[in-house]
Amino acid sequence: MGIIKTAKLVYDYIRRDEENNMEETDRAIDGVDVDIKEGDFVAVLGHNGSGKSTLAKHMNALLMPTEGTVWIGERDSKEEENLWDIRQTAGMVFQNPDNQIIGSVVEEDVGFGPENIGVPTGEIWQRVNASLEAVGMTAYRSHSPNKLSGGQKQRVAIAGVMAMKPRCIVLDEPTAMLDPNGRHEVIRTVKELNRQENITVILITHYMEEAIQADRVIVMDRGKIVMDGTPKEVFSQVETVKSYQLDVPQVTELAYELKKAGVKLPDGILTIDAFVKELMSVWKADGSGKEAQHD
Amino acid sequence: MIELKNVCYIYGENTVMEVGALKNVNLKIGDGQFIGLIGHTGSGKSTLIQHLNGLIRATSGEIYFNGQNIYAEGYKMRDLRSKVGLVFQYPEHQLFEVDVFSDVCFGPKNQGLPEDEVKQRAREAMELVGLDESYDSKSPFELSGGQKRRVAIAGVLAMKPEVLILDEPTAGLDPKGRDEILDQISKLKQERNITVILVSHSMEDVAKYVDRIIVMNHGEVLFDDTPGKVFHHYRELEKVGLAAPQVTYITHALMEKGFPIKAEAITVEEAKQEILKALQETNEKIPNN
Repeated sequence: MGIIKTAKLVYDYIRRDEENNMEETDRAIDGVDVDIKEGDFVAVLGHNGSGKSTLAKHMNALLMPTEGTVWIGERDSKEEENLWDIRQTAGMVFQNPDNQIIGSVVEEDVGFGPENIGVPTGEIWQRVNASLEAVGMTAYRSHSPNKLSGGQKQRVAIAGVMAMKPRCIVLDEPTAMLDPNGRHEVIRTVKELNRQENITVILITHYMEEAIQADRVIVMDRGKIVMDGTPKEVFSQVETVKSYQLDVPQVTELAYELKKAGVKLPDGILTIDAFVKELMSVWKADGSGKEAQHD
Repeated sequence: MIELKNVCYIYGENTVMEVGALKNVNLKIGDGQFIGLIGHTGSGKSTLIQHLNGLIRATSGEIYFNGQNIYAEGYKMRDLRSKVGLVFQYPEHQLFEVDVFSDVCFGPKNQGLPEDEVKQRAREAMELVGLDESYDSKSPFELSGGQKRRVAIAGVLAMKPEVLILDEPTAGLDPKGRDEILDQISKLKQERNITVILVSHSMEDVAKYVDRIIVMNHGEVLFDDTPGKVFHHYRELEKVGLAAPQVTYITHALMEKGFPIKAEAITVEEAKQEILKALQETNEKIPNN
């Protein structure tokens, strides 16, 4: 069993009228079986309403399954006595940085979590130091969070989660409100935590350039997992990805369009380097490049 | 036509917190243009757009709307605000009526128009954003994120603005919701020939839709040109916290390797045509191939 596992997970949003009678149910998750390996970097894609955020909220017991089971660190989320352990195992970061920061000074905000669970003061400071270091925000420790950029605020939010020493971080569209620089900062931070500290990362995103950096990509549609594989496996199926109302990275789309037009390129090109290499070899094979290129 | 002459804006003037948010901005925005306004957080783009409909008054400098100085004595700011419609970030947070139709009616009603016209305008505005009558009586809170946002945009359109300014209209939407909104705006621009100013963090979107890009940095206009030419400066854009569309990086990487492609290709379609053309010309040069 991996760090997070779901079995036949179903979740219904239930709307009740004033007399508390069931008025409408909306199945947001419809039979999801997923097993996430510790240390993996997993991207979850899907259009709005596909169920990805609902799934994420099951991963630290913010929501309880209507049917089926979720285990976080091998603990069943339905057992109430597991709640604290689960929340410490899997931390969450949300979309809007302004809704997640409560401290008036960066270091206090980061220390809030461990203080709340009764960590001794000395250790709180150690954790705050280590977490700020890990997200590259040590220089801002005594700043006021409201003076920071969006990307910096999200990194503080991530540090706050890190201070709880989780084994897994679930990020629900953490870059949706950020400018390109902020997006880059946050993704770089998340990747470093994954690679260096071996934290399992589950990243929900609409940005395909972020998804290609993951080890595994899961695509959701109507509450079900419809694609699951390496970025290359998933994005090489351009038409299928588009049928789920998603994009592929521009470089992948360009390679796919050229291939359709008869250019001999392989499937699943995800990076500019790979694209340039493949296209140059096509061009040289055509003959013209031979004089221009001496290699 | 909007013209800005030497516009400066200082936050917290004469205090220790004094920050120059706009420095000597000169711009001419012609009728019917589709403009992309980009800049990192804090570059002054939000401050700039709030000047255009008089929400913020410049510390110094002048702004002319259709030839009239908006700071002149007796100028009706109220008229300006109905001619220059501003859709804020996350406009769906500003929906408050009990149903969609009433919400869209709010703007024109507030302008003091007769009820018939209010209703007619609301209907038209909803059509323009692709919402039919079946949405009229729904609560705004029952709708999806993309739908709510269209309701909010319709609310501004119902005031029949000549200039429509949208502050990141696609933030938080999925790729389909994003394309829907931008296609609608683009269609709207064609049909009504209004001026559209799109504030965006997505270089891909800007590249695909607009015909002019204004780049703001530290309260100043850094670049003001066609998208092809602006993204040519991708290294400078990176230095100010921005980027170019991925296609720009592809064309530049190919150029470096000696592949004959023009740097102006900034969309997937343009790059595809350029590459196919180059490959074809290569083949023609070698008759035996």
